Amino acid sequence: MPGKSLIERYTIELPTKGDHVRMNYEEIGLKVGLEIHQQLDTSTKLFCSCKPELFKGEPEFTFLRRLRPTQSELGQIDPAAYFEFQKGVRVLYEADSETSCLVEMDEEPPHPLSIEALEIALTAALMMNAKPVDEIHTMRKTVIDGSNTTGFQRTCVVALNGEIKVGGKRVPIQHVSLEEDAARKTGEEGTLIRYRIDRLGIPLIEIATAPVINTPEEAGEVALAIGKILRATGKVRRGLGTIRQDLNISIAGGALTEIKGVQELELIPLVVEYEVQRQLNLIKISRELGQTGAREEDLQEEFYDVTEVFRETQCKVIRKSLDKGQRVLAVKLPKFSGFLGRELMPGIRLGTEMADRARFWGRVGGIFHTDELPAYGITVQEVSMLKKHVDAGEKDAVVFVVDTLENAKDALRAVLERAREALKGVPEETRAANPDGTTRYMRPRPGAARMYPETDIPPIQVTEQLIRKIFASLPEPPEQKLQRLMKDYRLNQKLASQVMDAGVAELFETIVNESKVSPTTVAVFLTETVKALKREGAPVERLSESIIREMFRAVGSGELAKEALQDAASWLLRNEGRSLKEAIDALGLRTLSMDELEEVIDKAIASNKSLIEKSGGKAFSQIMGIVMREVRGRANADLVSEIIRRKLQKLSF
Amino acid sequence: MSENEELSGYRGLAFEALKKIEAEIGDLICITKGTQTYEGILIPRSEYGDEAHIVIKLRSGYNIGVQITPETRIEKIGKGEKPAFVAPPLPEQKPALPKVAIISTGGTIASRVDYRTGAVRPALSASDLYSVVPELSNIARIDTQILFSLYSENITPAHWSEMAKAVAAQIANGVDGVVIAHGTDTMGYSAAALSFALQNLPVPVVFVGSQRSSDRPSSDAASNLMAAVLAAAQAPFAEVAVAMHETTSDISIAIHRGTRVRKCHTSRRDAFKSINAQPIARVEGDKILMLTENYQKRDSSKKLLLKPSFSEKVAMIKFYPGINPAVIDWYVDEGCRAIVLEGTGLGHVGRRCFESIRRAVDKGVLVAMASQCVWGRVNMNVYDTGRDLQALGVIPLADMMAETAVVKLMWIFGQTSSLEEAKRLLEMNIAGEIADRTLYN
Repeated sequence: MPGKSLIERYTIELPTKGDHVRMNYEEIGLKVGLEIHQQLDTSTKLFCSCKPELFKGEPEFTFLRRLRPTQSELGQIDPAAYFEFQKGVRVLYEADSETSCLVEMDEEPPHPLSIEALEIALTAALMMNAKPVDEIHTMRKTVIDGSNTTGFQRTCVVALNGEIKVGGKRVPIQHVSLEEDAARKTGEEGTLIRYRIDRLGIPLIEIATAPVINTPEEAGEVALAIGKILRATGKVRRGLGTIRQDLNISIAGGALTEIKGVQELELIPLVVEYEVQRQLNLIKISRELGQTGAREEDLQEEFYDVTEVFRETQCKVIRKSLDKGQRVLAVKLPKFSGFLGRELMPGIRLGTEMADRARFWGRVGGIFHTDELPAYGITVQEVSMLKKHVDAGEKDAVVFVVDTLENAKDALRAVLERAREALKGVPEETRAANPDGTTRYMRPRPGAARMYPETDIPPIQVTEQLIRKIFASLPEPPEQKLQRLMKDYRLNQKLASQVMDAGVAELFETIVNESKVSPTTVAVFLTETVKALKREGAPVERLSESIIREMFRAVGSGELAKEALQDAASWLLRNEGRSLKEAIDALGLRTLSMDELEEVIDKAIASNKSLIEKSGGKAFSQIMGIVMREVRGRANADLVSEIIRRKLQKLSF
Repeated sequence: MSENEELSGYRGLAFEALKKIEAEIGDLICITKGTQTYEGILIPRSEYGDEAHIVIKLRSGYNIGVQITPETRIEKIGKGEKPAFVAPPLPEQKPALPKVAIISTGGTIASRVDYRTGAVRPALSASDLYSVVPELSNIARIDTQILFSLYSENITPAHWSEMAKAVAAQIANGVDGVVIAHGTDTMGYSAAALSFALQNLPVPVVFVGSQRSSDRPSSDAASNLMAAVLAAAQAPFAEVAVAMHETTSDISIAIHRGTRVRKCHTSRRDAFKSINAQPIARVEGDKILMLTENYQKRDSSKKLLLKPSFSEKVAMIKFYPGINPAVIDWYVDEGCRAIVLEGTGLGHVGRRCFESIRRAVDKGVLVAMASQCVWGRVNMNVYDTGRDLQALGVIPLADMMAETAVVKLMWIFGQTSSLEEAKRLLEMNIAGEIADRTLYN
């Protein structure tokens, strides 16, 4: 398409599922770097001896804190942080005594770094050809959203300058770090944020790649490859939330966006694709805004109290707020009409981004804007009164919020700021991933990461002796392991890859070796059956390794038919805390004894005498079908077929 | 430690290598080792680090230590820019507000992190304290004074005298209250000392410390300081007190009486507890809630009595099973004027100590008994041991804390050399250190 700009070519329409616009990412200048965070499977936390586990139910005790932004080395205070503080944000921490001690409460200095965790991190580092540093220095990285009781995250680089190969391409690993996981957010009511500190201090390994990834698919492949190596250590935690991926994405003419917390590997390509879309659309909007004559100097901090317009409103949200004595405050965005409703990625409009900002800075519930009105019970008359009130022309957009005057002002200031950024293009920001692959505003990108030494933890020297020890027991590289699974267990490549990708290779080998069940059966269960169960909505993460092993031992000893594995697993997931034996009884899956089986078969043959006489040997498959319908899950199909064959042969004598 | 400030902390091999290339802390250097090169800013070495590693800050912000061998190549590739700390402007003083003096003596509350080294330095000036907690300007007009920069374990009775004089000078200047920033380890001792040295106070004198250094966002420094300044500016009492977190939460600050307070935990924010007494007050936000009616009233017309002398010829001996009583003899032979025994239970020491105690009393040494139980009152009439000790001349200290007793005797022997006068002063309640009733709380 000669003559058309890049942006026009690629922003014709938004990609919808299964109908992706093919893009030339090289031309767009896509650059993606990954930061993979994976919880390590250690016996203790990183800086104390608490159990690295999460607790369910009510907390045993809580405590309330405020985090105060501190001055940088230059005497400066991060404005976003100070703003939050001034808003009076308080954090209520929830804890129980199994998973937290005074260290997590920031009431006791950290204990020395867990050597167990360090060894796992070094193992992963060596598998990625990274060079361990000579002396490890733990740092404090300032984080004051409350997710760390201290106000900083403890982190240390253990190795540098690694490299992995993904599809023939060399992907540099900038650093391998070891850090403490943060507390998990459990709620937010106004200015009170709840965090649970059980997760705080669980060891995390962080792998950071260079920004050399050029397509969405490649981002997924690199993440998968790193995940495989991490799992190959055999010492990483599994299950939802144990791996989190951060993406740094930029395109030419756009800006660096940091996207935090992508939990599903499968989502990575989509997140990248959406972000590219978002940036392209923002660039386009900025150009069009320029053409329509929108100017920064027209974006005035002039707020109108338009409460009167909505005195008699039918809009429930506004009604409720007005009843509480709150006000409606509006701001005019000259020449912005139509742009707020423009979609940037599925379901996310420029207006949505303004709303995100308003929520963050103003703590309001959301915003209303004229691009989406009339709606929500707001009438055409009200819209026109509103426009008149703020003296808005046809091409102007009006944004308004309902809240306390102070919050409303903060919110509208944030909206104006976002509008100014829209004139320029793409703002640098940190965004959080949504489960559908879209993202939402999280906070401004922090300045140069403020890190300073954690003086409570002595530096650790990585001795040659330690490196030698880890080298000597380095796990099999994933590629080599794949080949071995195919060879030793006669798995086809697809199945072997699935076993590897699902991270169940170790479990697979254990089960095959202890149960003597056919490797293919085991592999199919661990991959496809588990996936099928997940699709049905079963909480498969609850299926523990020990119960899976027990199921296969039962198959091996003939107590459970392999055909019944899925039903048994499904039942166990629906009935938490019950035993396999109970599952077998409840489902009537008890394997038939030889006598019982023969009886069923004899009956089937007897009642189909005429059929057998008519079709002779060909009757086998029909009898087999009849019998299996009755005994499926309670008898091994191979055995059934053998008995039927034997009995039919006898008959023909 | 290196004499060379430019290469602080470096010794031996690493020091030589850095000196050769004329590197200074903060310079950008490049270290080549085999196939690896490391580029970063030269960071000072901890005094406890070995001689073989050089610490650099990578561009990512992380520090790492690189081992130096004869084969390592080091180059200086850039001159360091020394980050210049620009203290934020002091908030405007509001003339209508009370005037409070903040005297800084050191400790965690008066510390600032050096971001290049990460070392927490006890060097923050009192005016820095004020500038990082701008809210103070809404509570009082602040005057600041750096008296010492000491870790509190290095504070001695001579420093107590200096502190008392400094407070007296501030009061003479007409302040409405005094705040003393102090390391927490011996803050209780200093508070007790000033309780005796500053009598008939017209205004409050409030010690304040922090259990988490002020470089961290979770620090208790700012909230403790605000409460201390509020109490100094507005509280109705005029005594020496200590302001610290009441619980692990950032909700309330307890104001303890200087003679009744003890650090009872190594690390928690609420380490300070009032012993055998209620705290005097509680500060929540901008509210002061008095917890007792029994306190000396603020009254600017009162004339301060400054009695800043202390004697170091006082010892404290903690009894334990198997103690060698010769330790008592040693102190006596050293010329000690008084010994506080920290006995067991109601106030006991084993019979094996009796001879040495008899000798001490015979030589004119005042021997007094407090309890290592920390909480509760000694009573030496219940068991034979107690009665026998009293017969030997040991003075029971009622519900006085052992630490306060030592400080009080140091102060007493700074005032008098008469044993009889010392005994009289010891048993007299001077600053709320002794009470007749022990309340259930």
